[in-house]
Amino acid sequence: MGESKQGVAIAEGLFTWPAADPCLIGSKCRQCGEVKFPQQSSCSKCCSEEVEQLPLARRGTLWTWTIQAFPPKSPPYAGVNTADEFVPFGVGYVELPGQVCVESRLTVNDPAVLRIGMAMELVIEPFCIDKQGNEVVSFAFRPLEDRAASVEKSK
Amino acid sequence: MTDVAIIGIGIHPFGRTPGMTGYQQGIVAVRRALEDAGIEWRDIQFAYGGSHDGGNADTMVDKLGLTGIQFINVANGCATGGSSLISAVNAIRSGQYDIGMVVGFDSHPRGAFAFDTKAWGLGNWYGKVGLGLTTQFFAMKIRRYMDEHGISDDALVRVAMKAYRNGARNPNAWRREEMSYEQIAGSQMLNPPLRKFMFCSPSEGGAALVVCNAARAKQYSANKPVRIAASILRSRRYGSFEVFSPSQPIQQADSPTVQASKAAYESAGIGPGDVDIAQVQDTESGAEIMHMAENHLCAHGEQEKWLREGVTQIDGRLPINTDGGCIANGEPIGASGLRQVYEVCLQLRGAAGARQVAGNPKVGYCQVYGAPGISAVQILAL
Repeated sequence: MGESKQGVAIAEGLFTWPAADPCLIGSKCRQCGEVKFPQQSSCSKCCSEEVEQLPLARRGTLWTWTIQAFPPKSPPYAGVNTADEFVPFGVGYVELPGQVCVESRLTVNDPAVLRIGMAMELVIEPFCIDKQGNEVVSFAFRPLEDRAASVEKSK
Repeated sequence: MTDVAIIGIGIHPFGRTPGMTGYQQGIVAVRRALEDAGIEWRDIQFAYGGSHDGGNADTMVDKLGLTGIQFINVANGCATGGSSLISAVNAIRSGQYDIGMVVGFDSHPRGAFAFDTKAWGLGNWYGKVGLGLTTQFFAMKIRRYMDEHGISDDALVRVAMKAYRNGARNPNAWRREEMSYEQIAGSQMLNPPLRKFMFCSPSEGGAALVVCNAARAKQYSANKPVRIAASILRSRRYGSFEVFSPSQPIQQADSPTVQASKAAYESAGIGPGDVDIAQVQDTESGAEIMHMAENHLCAHGEQEKWLREGVTQIDGRLPINTDGGCIANGEPIGASGLRQVYEVCLQLRGAAGARQVAGNPKVGYCQVYGAPGISAVQILAL
Protein backbone atom coordinates (compact mmCIF):
# COMPACT_ATOMS: atom_id res chain seq x y z
CA MET A 1 0.00 0.00 0.00
CA GLY A 2 1.92 3.05 1.20
CA GLU A 3 5.22 1.99 -0.41
CA SER A 4 4.94 3.89 -3.69
CA LYS A 5 4.14 7.53 -3.09
CA GLN A 6 3.39 8.68 0.45
CA GLY A 7 0.18 10.62 0.19
CA VAL A 8 -1.16 13.27 2.53
CA ALA A 9 -3.26 12.01 5.43
CA ILE A 10 -6.97 12.97 5.14
CA ALA A 11 -6.77 14.48 8.64
CA GLU A 12 -4.10 15.10 11.26
CA GLY A 13 -4.03 12.84 14.26
CA LEU A 14 -6.27 10.07 12.89
CA PHE A 15 -3.48 7.58 12.16
CA THR A 16 0.31 7.51 12.35
CA TRP A 17 1.59 8.69 8.95
CA PRO A 18 3.94 8.36 7.26
CA ALA A 19 4.83 5.13 9.01
CA ALA A 20 6.02 1.65 8.08
CA ASP A 21 3.32 0.04 10.22
CA PRO A 22 0.64 2.71 10.51
CA CYS A 23 -2.01 2.47 13.19
CA LEU A 24 -5.09 4.44 14.19
CA ILE A 25 -4.60 6.84 17.10
CA GLY A 26 -7.16 6.66 19.88
CA SER A 27 -7.30 7.97 23.40
CA LYS A 28 -7.49 6.09 26.65
CA CYS A 29 -8.92 7.41 29.91
CA ARG A 30 -6.44 7.28 32.79
CA GLN A 31 -9.32 7.04 35.24
CA CYS A 32 -11.55 4.32 33.83
CA GLY A 33 -9.49 2.88 30.96
CA GLU A 34 -12.15 3.52 28.30
CA VAL A 35 -10.84 3.82 24.74
CA LYS A 36 -12.18 6.18 22.09
CA PHE A 37 -11.45 6.88 18.42
CA PRO A 38 -10.60 9.45 17.20
CA GLN A 39 -8.65 10.66 20.21
CA GLN A 40 -10.44 13.23 22.33
CA SER A 41 -9.50 15.28 25.35
CA SER A 42 -12.10 13.91 27.74
CA CYS A 43 -13.72 10.58 28.51
CA SER A 44 -17.31 9.99 27.31
CA LYS A 45 -17.80 7.31 29.92
CA CYS A 46 -16.58 8.79 33.22
CA CYS A 47 -16.28 12.48 32.17
CA SER A 48 -12.62 12.61 33.26
CA GLU A 49 -10.28 14.96 31.39
CA GLU A 50 -7.25 12.81 32.13
CA VAL A 51 -6.79 10.99 28.88
CA GLU A 52 -3.73 9.85 26.96
CA GLN A 53 -3.01 8.94 23.35
CA LEU A 54 -3.21 5.26 22.55
CA PRO A 55 -2.00 3.54 19.37
CA LEU A 56 -4.82 1.18 18.39
CA ALA A 57 -4.40 -2.46 17.38
CA ARG A 58 -3.93 -3.00 13.64
CA ARG A 59 -5.95 -6.20 13.62
CA GLY A 60 -9.41 -7.02 14.82
CA THR A 61 -12.66 -8.73 13.85
CA LEU A 62 -15.61 -7.46 11.82
CA TRP A 63 -18.40 -6.44 14.21
CA THR A 64 -20.96 -5.39 11.61
CA TRP A 65 -20.93 -4.20 7.99
CA THR A 66 -22.83 -2.88 5.00
CA ILE A 67 -22.05 -1.74 1.48
CA GLN A 68 -22.47 1.88 0.44
CA ALA A 69 -24.19 1.00 -2.83
CA PHE A 70 -25.32 4.51 -3.85
CA PRO A 71 -23.08 7.56 -4.26
CA PRO A 72 -22.94 9.79 -1.15
CA LYS A 73 -23.69 13.48 -1.71
CA SER A 74 -20.87 15.99 -2.23
CA PRO A 75 -20.17 17.83 -0.06
CA PRO A 76 -19.25 16.29 2.26
CA TYR A 77 -18.12 13.27 0.21
CA ALA A 78 -14.70 13.89 -1.32
CA GLY A 79 -14.46 10.69 -3.37
CA VAL A 80 -15.67 10.11 -6.92
CA ASN A 81 -19.49 10.02 -6.86
CA THR A 82 -20.67 10.51 -10.42
CA ALA A 83 -23.20 7.93 -11.54
CA ASP A 84 -20.87 6.31 -14.12
CA GLU A 85 -17.71 6.37 -12.04
CA PHE A 86 -18.90 5.68 -8.49
CA VAL A 87 -17.71 2.35 -7.13
CA PRO A 88 -19.66 0.97 -4.13
CA PHE A 89 -17.56 0.55 -1.02
CA GLY A 90 -17.80 -1.51 2.14
CA VAL A 91 -18.34 0.11 5.54
CA GLY A 92 -18.08 -1.65 8.86
CA TYR A 93 -17.17 -1.59 12.52
CA VAL A 94 -14.05 -3.54 13.44
CA GLU A 95 -13.62 -4.69 17.01
CA LEU A 96 -10.05 -4.13 18.15
CA PRO A 97 -9.64 -6.62 21.01
CA GLY A 98 -9.62 -5.06 24.45
CA GLN A 99 -9.87 -1.55 22.98
CA VAL A 100 -12.85 -0.34 20.97
CA CYS A 101 -14.90 -0.93 17.80
CA VAL A 102 -13.92 1.53 15.06
CA GLU A 103 -16.02 2.55 12.08
CA SER A 104 -14.18 2.34 8.78
CA ARG A 105 -14.34 1.88 5.06
CA LEU A 106 -13.56 -1.67 4.01
CA THR A 107 -11.34 -2.56 1.04
CA VAL A 108 -13.94 -4.96 -0.34
CA ASN A 109 -17.45 -4.29 -1.59
CA ASP A 110 -18.69 -7.82 -2.21
CA PRO A 111 -21.33 -8.93 0.34
CA ALA A 112 -20.38 -12.54 -0.37
CA VAL A 113 -16.95 -12.17 1.23
CA LEU A 114 -18.02 -10.23 4.33
CA ARG A 115 -19.24 -11.88 7.49
CA ILE A 116 -19.39 -10.79 11.11
CA GLY A 117 -16.46 -12.16 13.11
CA MET A 118 -13.94 -12.37 10.24
CA ALA A 119 -10.37 -11.19 10.87
CA MET A 120 -9.52 -7.74 9.53
CA GLU A 121 -6.37 -5.64 9.22
CA LEU A 122 -5.80 -1.90 8.92
CA VAL A 123 -4.45 -0.47 5.67
CA ILE A 124 -3.74 3.09 4.62
CA GLU A 125 -4.72 3.55 0.99
CA PRO A 126 -5.10 6.29 -1.60
CA PHE A 127 -8.53 7.91 -1.37
CA CYS A 128 -8.67 11.00 -3.59
CA ILE A 129 -6.64 13.83 -5.12
CA ASP A 130 -6.97 17.19 -3.36
CA LYS A 131 -7.23 20.65 -4.99
CA GLN A 132 -3.44 21.04 -4.91
CA GLY A 133 -3.05 17.77 -6.82
CA ASN A 134 -1.76 15.80 -3.84
CA GLU A 135 -2.74 12.22 -3.33
CA VAL A 136 -4.82 11.99 -0.14
CA VAL A 137 -4.66 8.77 1.86
CA SER A 138 -7.17 7.42 4.35
CA PHE A 139 -7.67 4.32 6.45
CA ALA A 140 -9.61 1.16 5.68
CA PHE A 141 -9.75 -2.42 6.88
CA ARG A 142 -9.18 -5.46 4.68
CA PRO A 143 -10.15 -9.06 5.32
CA LEU A 144 -7.15 -11.11 6.45
CA GLU A 145 -8.38 -14.55 5.59
CA ASP A 146 -8.64 -16.03 2.10
CA ARG A 147 -7.34 -12.93 0.40
CA ALA A 148 -7.70 -14.48 -3.04
CA ALA A 149 -11.46 -14.76 -2.58
CA SER A 150 -11.68 -11.26 -1.20
CA VAL A 151 -11.51 -9.55 -4.54
CA GLU A 152 -10.32 -6.03 -3.94
CA LYS A 153 -12.74 -4.03 -6.00
CA SER A 154 -12.43 -0.75 -4.23
CA LYS A 155 -9.78 0.68 -6.58
CA MET B 1 -51.48 12.85 40.18
CA THR B 2 -53.69 14.78 37.74
CA ASP B 3 -54.70 12.66 34.76
CA VAL B 4 -54.24 14.22 31.35
CA ALA B 5 -56.44 13.37 28.38
CA ILE B 6 -56.47 14.00 24.65
CA ILE B 7 -59.83 15.41 23.54
CA GLY B 8 -59.03 16.71 20.06
CA ILE B 9 -56.92 15.39 17.21
CA GLY B 10 -56.01 16.93 13.88
CA ILE B 11 -53.80 15.98 10.98
CA HIS B 12 -52.78 17.33 7.59
CA PRO B 13 -52.10 14.43 5.20
CA PHE B 14 -48.45 13.39 5.06
CA GLY B 15 -46.43 13.25 1.87
CA ARG B 16 -46.00 16.08 -0.60
CA THR B 17 -48.54 18.90 -0.91
CA PRO B 18 -47.38 21.23 -3.68
CA GLY B 19 -48.21 24.87 -3.04
CA MET B 20 -48.40 24.45 0.72
CA THR B 21 -45.60 24.87 3.23
CA GLY B 22 -45.08 22.56 6.20
CA TYR B 23 -45.95 25.53 8.38
CA GLN B 24 -49.34 25.93 6.71
CA GLN B 25 -49.93 22.21 7.12
CA GLY B 26 -49.28 22.65 10.84
CA ILE B 27 -51.94 25.34 11.03
CA VAL B 28 -54.41 23.08 9.23
CA ALA B 29 -53.68 20.36 11.81
CA VAL B 30 -54.32 22.80 14.69
CA ARG B 31 -57.62 23.96 13.20
CA ARG B 32 -58.74 20.37 12.67
CA ALA B 33 -57.82 19.44 16.26
CA LEU B 34 -59.85 22.40 17.56
CA GLU B 35 -62.78 21.47 15.35
CA ASP B 36 -62.54 17.83 16.44
CA ALA B 37 -62.65 18.84 20.11
CA GLY B 38 -65.42 21.31 19.43
CA ILE B 39 -63.55 24.25 20.93
CA GLU B 40 -61.98 27.46 19.66
CA TRP B 41 -58.43 28.77 19.66
CA ARG B 42 -59.34 31.29 22.35
CA ASP B 43 -60.09 28.37 24.70
CA ILE B 44 -56.47 27.23 24.49
CA GLN B 45 -54.40 28.29 27.52
CA PHE B 46 -50.93 27.21 26.37
CA ALA B 47 -49.16 25.47 23.49
CA TYR B 48 -46.01 23.53 22.71
CA GLY B 49 -44.93 23.04 19.14
CA GLY B 50 -41.97 22.14 17.02
CA SER B 51 -40.56 21.66 13.57
CA HIS B 52 -37.10 20.74 12.32
CA ASP B 53 -37.11 22.46 8.93
CA GLY B 54 -40.58 24.00 8.69
CA GLY B 55 -40.37 27.18 10.74
CA ASN B 56 -41.09 28.50 14.22
CA ALA B 57 -44.22 26.98 15.68
CA ASP B 58 -44.88 29.88 18.04
CA THR B 59 -45.35 32.33 15.16
CA MET B 60 -48.57 30.46 14.30
CA VAL B 61 -50.38 32.65 16.80
CA ASP B 62 -50.39 35.35 14.15
CA LYS B 63 -52.62 33.11 12.01
CA LEU B 64 -54.58 31.45 14.81
CA GLY B 65 -55.18 34.49 16.97
CA LEU B 66 -53.03 36.66 19.21
CA THR B 67 -54.56 35.62 22.48
CA GLY B 68 -51.38 36.15 24.48
CA ILE B 69 -50.92 32.53 25.55
CA GLN B 70 -47.68 30.83 26.59
CA PHE B 71 -46.42 29.19 23.38
CA ILE B 72 -43.10 27.36 23.67
CA ASN B 73 -41.08 26.03 20.73
CA VAL B 74 -39.61 22.57 21.13
CA ALA B 75 -36.62 21.28 19.16
CA ASN B 76 -35.65 17.75 20.04
CA GLY B 77 -34.81 16.02 16.79
CA CYS B 78 -36.96 13.02 15.93
CA ALA B 79 -38.58 13.19 19.39
CA THR B 80 -39.81 16.77 18.90
CA GLY B 81 -43.51 15.78 18.90
CA GLY B 82 -43.07 13.43 21.84
CA SER B 83 -41.17 16.09 23.76
CA SER B 84 -43.91 18.67 23.13
CA LEU B 85 -46.50 16.24 24.43
CA ILE B 86 -44.44 15.44 27.54
CA SER B 87 -44.13 19.17 28.22
CA ALA B 88 -47.86 19.70 27.81
CA VAL B 89 -48.69 16.80 30.10
CA ASN B 90 -46.42 18.25 32.77
CA ALA B 91 -47.92 21.74 32.39
CA ILE B 92 -51.35 20.29 33.14
CA ARG B 93 -50.16 17.94 35.88
CA SER B 94 -48.47 20.84 37.64
CA GLY B 95 -51.87 22.48 37.92
CA GLN B 96 -50.72 25.55 36.00
CA TYR B 97 -53.07 24.98 33.07
CA ASP B 98 -56.19 23.00 32.20
CA ILE B 99 -56.18 22.86 28.43
CA GLY B 100 -53.52 23.24 25.77
CA MET B 101 -52.42 22.53 22.20
CA VAL B 102 -49.53 20.38 20.99
CA VAL B 103 -48.50 20.77 17.36
CA GLY B 104 -45.78 19.37 15.13
CA PHE B 105 -45.18 19.96 11.44
CA ASP B 106 -42.39 19.78 8.91
CA SER B 107 -41.30 19.90 5.33
CA HIS B 108 -37.96 18.46 4.22
CA PRO B 109 -36.12 18.48 0.91
CA ARG B 110 -36.26 15.26 -1.10
CA GLY B 111 -33.64 12.54 -0.63
CA ALA B 112 -31.93 11.20 2.47
CA PHE B 113 -31.61 13.57 5.42
CA ALA B 114 -28.43 15.63 5.19
CA PHE B 115 -26.57 16.23 8.41
CA ASP B 116 -23.67 18.55 8.98
CA THR B 117 -21.30 16.22 10.78
CA LYS B 118 -19.32 19.24 11.97
CA ALA B 119 -22.36 20.38 13.96
CA TRP B 120 -22.15 17.02 15.67
CA GLY B 121 -18.60 17.67 16.83
CA LEU B 122 -17.11 15.32 14.26
CA GLY B 123 -14.12 16.02 12.05
CA ASN B 124 -14.56 16.90 8.36
CA TRP B 125 -12.78 13.67 7.41
CA TYR B 126 -15.79 11.65 8.58
CA GLY B 127 -18.11 12.85 5.84
CA LYS B 128 -15.30 13.21 3.29
CA VAL B 129 -14.50 9.48 3.32
CA GLY B 130 -18.16 8.52 2.94
CA LEU B 131 -19.01 7.61 6.52
CA GLY B 132 -21.76 9.25 8.55
CA LEU B 133 -24.71 8.42 6.27
CA THR B 134 -27.76 7.59 8.37
CA THR B 135 -28.79 4.77 6.01
CA GLN B 136 -25.41 3.06 6.53
CA PHE B 137 -25.93 3.16 10.27
CA PHE B 138 -29.42 1.63 10.06
CA ALA B 139 -28.06 -1.12 7.83
CA MET B 140 -25.15 -1.91 10.15
CA LYS B 141 -27.35 -1.91 13.23
CA ILE B 142 -29.89 -4.35 11.79
CA ARG B 143 -27.12 -6.50 10.23
CA ARG B 144 -25.63 -7.05 13.70
CA TYR B 145 -29.08 -7.62 15.20
CA MET B 146 -30.06 -10.15 12.51
CA ASP B 147 -26.79 -12.01 13.06
CA GLU B 148 -27.27 -12.11 16.84
CA HIS B 149 -30.92 -13.14 16.78
CA GLY B 150 -31.19 -15.32 13.68
CA ILE B 151 -33.43 -13.05 11.60
CA SER B 152 -33.44 -13.29 7.80
CA ASP B 153 -34.11 -10.86 4.96
CA ASP B 154 -37.65 -12.27 4.76
CA ALA B 155 -38.63 -10.37 7.91
CA LEU B 156 -37.40 -7.08 6.41
CA VAL B 157 -39.61 -7.57 3.35
CA ARG B 158 -42.66 -8.45 5.44
CA VAL B 159 -42.42 -5.30 7.57
CA ALA B 160 -42.40 -3.13 4.45
CA MET B 161 -45.23 -5.10 2.84
CA LYS B 162 -47.40 -4.52 5.90
CA ALA B 163 -46.57 -0.80 5.92
CA TYR B 164 -47.76 -0.31 2.33
CA ARG B 165 -50.82 -2.49 2.91
CA ASN B 166 -51.84 -0.36 5.91
CA GLY B 167 -50.93 2.86 4.10
CA ALA B 168 -53.33 1.88 1.31
CA ARG B 169 -56.14 1.93 3.89
CA ASN B 170 -55.17 5.33 5.30
CA PRO B 171 -56.45 8.42 3.43
CA ASN B 172 -53.80 10.57 5.18
CA ALA B 173 -50.84 8.39 4.16
CA TRP B 174 -48.31 9.26 1.48
CA ARG B 175 -47.72 5.78 0.01
CA ARG B 176 -51.18 4.46 -0.64
CA GLU B 177 -50.48 1.52 -2.91
CA GLU B 178 -49.82 -2.00 -1.76
CA MET B 179 -46.54 -3.55 -2.85
CA SER B 180 -45.89 -7.19 -3.56
CA TYR B 181 -43.22 -9.24 -1.81
CA GLU B 182 -41.30 -9.39 -5.09
CA GLN B 183 -41.45 -5.63 -5.66
CA ILE B 184 -39.91 -4.98 -2.25
CA ALA B 185 -37.43 -7.87 -2.30
CA GLY B 186 -36.36 -6.85 -5.80
CA SER B 187 -36.08 -3.11 -5.20
CA GLN B 188 -32.73 -1.34 -5.45
CA MET B 189 -30.21 -2.39 -2.81
CA LEU B 190 -29.12 0.80 -1.03
CA ASN B 191 -27.21 -0.44 2.02
CA PRO B 192 -27.46 -4.21 2.40
CA PRO B 193 -29.51 -5.74 3.89
CA LEU B 194 -31.77 -2.72 3.32
CA ARG B 195 -33.44 -2.01 -0.03
CA LYS B 196 -35.13 1.09 -1.37
CA PHE B 197 -38.72 0.17 -0.51
CA MET B 198 -37.76 -0.75 3.06
CA PHE B 199 -36.87 2.86 3.90
CA CYS B 200 -39.08 5.79 4.82
CA SER B 201 -38.36 9.11 3.14
CA PRO B 202 -38.35 12.65 4.47
CA SER B 203 -41.75 14.18 3.75
CA GLU B 204 -44.20 16.90 4.81
CA GLY B 205 -47.14 16.94 7.16
CA GLY B 206 -48.65 18.26 10.35
CA ALA B 207 -50.36 16.83 13.40
CA ALA B 208 -51.93 18.46 16.46
CA LEU B 209 -53.58 17.40 19.71
CA VAL B 210 -55.79 19.17 22.22
CA VAL B 211 -54.86 18.00 25.72
CA CYS B 212 -56.63 18.81 28.95
CA ASN B 213 -57.07 17.93 32.61
CA ALA B 214 -58.92 14.62 32.35
CA ALA B 215 -61.27 15.55 35.17
CA ARG B 216 -62.59 18.42 33.02
CA ALA B 217 -62.59 16.59 29.69
CA LYS B 218 -66.39 16.30 29.54
CA GLN B 219 -66.87 19.99 30.12
CA TYR B 220 -64.63 20.87 27.15
CA SER B 221 -65.59 18.23 24.61
CA ALA B 222 -68.14 15.58 23.75
CA ASN B 223 -65.33 13.31 22.47
CA LYS B 224 -64.39 10.14 24.28
CA PRO B 225 -61.27 11.28 26.18
CA VAL B 226 -58.09 9.26 25.64
CA ARG B 227 -56.00 9.22 28.81
CA ILE B 228 -52.22 9.69 28.60
CA ALA B 229 -51.12 6.90 30.93
CA ALA B 230 -47.39 7.48 30.36
CA SER B 231 -45.28 10.05 28.56
CA ILE B 232 -41.56 9.42 28.82
CA LEU B 233 -38.35 10.42 27.03
CA ARG B 234 -34.90 8.90 27.51
CA SER B 235 -31.54 9.69 25.94
CA ARG B 236 -28.72 7.26 25.25
CA ARG B 237 -26.45 5.81 27.87
CA TYR B 238 -22.80 5.08 27.34
CA GLY B 239 -22.43 2.04 25.08
CA SER B 240 -25.71 2.34 23.16
CA PHE B 241 -25.05 1.94 19.39
CA GLU B 242 -26.08 5.21 17.77
CA VAL B 243 -25.67 7.08 14.49
CA PHE B 244 -22.54 9.19 13.80
CA SER B 245 -20.20 7.15 15.99
CA PRO B 246 -16.66 6.83 14.63
CA SER B 247 -16.06 4.38 17.46
CA GLN B 248 -18.25 2.28 19.66
CA PRO B 249 -17.48 0.67 23.05
CA ILE B 250 -17.08 -3.10 22.92
CA GLN B 251 -19.39 -3.42 25.92
CA GLN B 252 -22.88 -2.65 24.61
CA ALA B 253 -25.61 -0.93 26.62
CA ASP B 254 -29.38 -1.10 26.19
CA SER B 255 -30.81 1.44 23.78
CA PRO B 256 -32.70 4.51 25.02
CA THR B 257 -35.89 2.81 23.81
CA VAL B 258 -35.43 -0.02 26.31
CA GLN B 259 -35.03 2.55 29.08
CA ALA B 260 -37.98 4.69 27.98
CA SER B 261 -40.19 1.65 27.52
CA LYS B 262 -39.49 0.25 31.00
CA ALA B 263 -40.16 3.63 32.58
CA ALA B 264 -43.38 4.04 30.59
CA TYR B 265 -44.83 0.67 31.60
CA GLU B 266 -43.97 1.44 35.20
CA SER B 267 -45.52 4.88 35.01
CA ALA B 268 -48.70 3.50 33.42
CA GLY B 269 -48.87 0.60 35.84
CA ILE B 270 -49.34 -1.90 33.02
CA GLY B 271 -47.24 -4.49 31.22
CA PRO B 272 -46.56 -5.23 27.54
CA GLY B 273 -49.27 -7.91 27.63
CA ASP B 274 -51.88 -5.21 28.19
CA VAL B 275 -51.06 -3.40 24.94
CA ASP B 276 -53.75 -3.82 22.25
CA ILE B 277 -52.13 -1.79 19.46
CA ALA B 278 -48.69 -0.23 18.96
CA GLN B 279 -46.99 2.35 16.76
CA VAL B 280 -43.20 2.06 16.75
CA GLN B 281 -40.49 3.95 14.90
CA ASP B 282 -39.98 2.30 11.52
CA THR B 283 -37.42 4.53 9.86
CA GLU B 284 -36.76 1.37 7.86
CA SER B 285 -37.89 -2.24 8.17
CA GLY B 286 -35.05 -3.15 10.52
CA ALA B 287 -36.00 -0.45 13.01
CA GLU B 288 -39.51 -1.86 13.40
CA ILE B 289 -38.06 -5.33 14.00
CA MET B 290 -35.65 -4.12 16.70
CA HIS B 291 -38.26 -1.85 18.27
CA MET B 292 -40.78 -4.68 18.61
CA ALA B 293 -38.42 -6.27 21.11
CA GLU B 294 -36.91 -3.11 22.60
CA ASN B 295 -40.43 -2.04 23.55
CA HIS B 296 -40.88 -5.48 25.19
CA LEU B 297 -43.74 -6.36 22.84
CA CYS B 298 -41.99 -9.61 21.88
CA ALA B 299 -38.77 -11.44 22.72
CA HIS B 300 -35.57 -10.80 20.74
CA GLY B 301 -35.57 -13.19 17.80
CA GLU B 302 -39.30 -13.82 17.91
CA GLN B 303 -40.02 -11.16 15.27
CA GLU B 304 -39.56 -13.33 12.20
CA LYS B 305 -42.14 -15.84 13.36
CA TRP B 306 -44.55 -13.06 14.31
CA LEU B 307 -44.21 -11.42 10.93
CA ARG B 308 -44.69 -14.68 9.05
CA GLU B 309 -47.79 -15.48 11.10
CA GLY B 310 -49.24 -11.99 10.67
CA VAL B 311 -49.34 -11.21 14.39
CA THR B 312 -48.66 -7.51 13.73
CA GLN B 313 -51.16 -7.11 10.88
CA ILE B 314 -54.33 -5.09 11.49
CA ASP B 315 -56.26 -8.35 12.01
CA GLY B 316 -53.46 -9.93 14.06
CA ARG B 317 -53.05 -10.34 17.80
CA LEU B 318 -50.94 -7.17 18.22
CA PRO B 319 -51.33 -4.75 15.29
CA ILE B 320 -48.26 -2.55 14.78
CA ASN B 321 -48.09 0.64 12.71
CA THR B 322 -51.70 0.44 11.62
CA ASP B 323 -51.52 3.73 9.70
CA GLY B 324 -48.58 2.54 7.60
CA GLY B 325 -45.92 3.97 9.93
CA CYS B 326 -43.03 6.07 8.69
CA ILE B 327 -42.53 3.77 5.69
CA ALA B 328 -45.95 4.69 4.22
CA ASN B 329 -46.23 8.20 5.70
CA GLY B 330 -42.69 9.45 5.33
CA GLU B 331 -41.03 11.33 8.11
CA PRO B 332 -41.73 15.01 8.67
CA ILE B 333 -39.58 15.06 11.81
CA GLY B 334 -41.65 17.52 13.86
CA ALA B 335 -44.95 15.80 13.13
CA SER B 336 -43.97 12.15 13.11
CA GLY B 337 -44.41 11.35 16.80
CA LEU B 338 -47.78 13.12 16.97
CA ARG B 339 -48.98 11.16 13.93
CA GLN B 340 -48.58 8.00 16.00
CA VAL B 341 -50.64 9.49 18.82
CA TYR B 342 -53.28 10.68 16.35
CA GLU B 343 -53.58 7.14 14.97
CA VAL B 344 -53.85 5.51 18.39
CA CYS B 345 -56.55 8.00 19.49
CA LEU B 346 -58.49 7.24 16.31
CA GLN B 347 -58.19 3.49 16.94
CA LEU B 348 -59.21 3.77 20.60
CA ARG B 349 -62.21 5.85 19.58
CA GLY B 350 -63.13 3.15 17.07
CA ALA B 351 -63.02 5.71 14.27
CA ALA B 352 -60.17 4.38 12.10
CA GLY B 353 -62.41 3.32 9.24
CA ALA B 354 -60.97 0.76 6.82
CA ARG B 355 -58.00 0.11 9.10
CA GLN B 356 -59.92 -0.10 12.38
CA VAL B 357 -58.58 -2.79 14.69
CA ALA B 358 -61.40 -5.08 15.83
CA GLY B 359 -62.22 -5.95 19.43
CA ASN B 360 -62.41 -2.41 20.86
CA PRO B 361 -58.74 -1.75 21.63
CA LYS B 362 -58.30 -0.01 25.00
CA VAL B 363 -54.53 0.46 25.37
CA GLY B 364 -52.26 1.92 22.70
CA TYR B 365 -48.49 2.31 22.71
CA CYS B 366 -46.40 4.85 20.74
CA GLN B 367 -42.63 5.05 20.39
CA VAL B 368 -40.37 7.36 18.39
CA TYR B 369 -36.61 6.98 18.17
CA GLY B 370 -33.96 9.05 16.48
CA ALA B 371 -30.70 10.89 16.44
CA PRO B 372 -28.69 11.43 18.54
CA GLY B 373 -30.01 8.48 20.53
CA ILE B 374 -33.33 9.55 22.01
CA SER B 375 -36.56 7.67 22.42
CA ALA B 376 -40.00 8.86 23.51
CA VAL B 377 -42.80 6.52 24.58
CA GLN B 378 -46.45 7.42 25.09
CA ILE B 379 -48.98 4.98 26.47
CA LEU B 380 -52.61 5.92 25.83
CA ALA B 381 -55.66 4.31 27.38
CA LEU B 382 -59.41 4.71 27.47
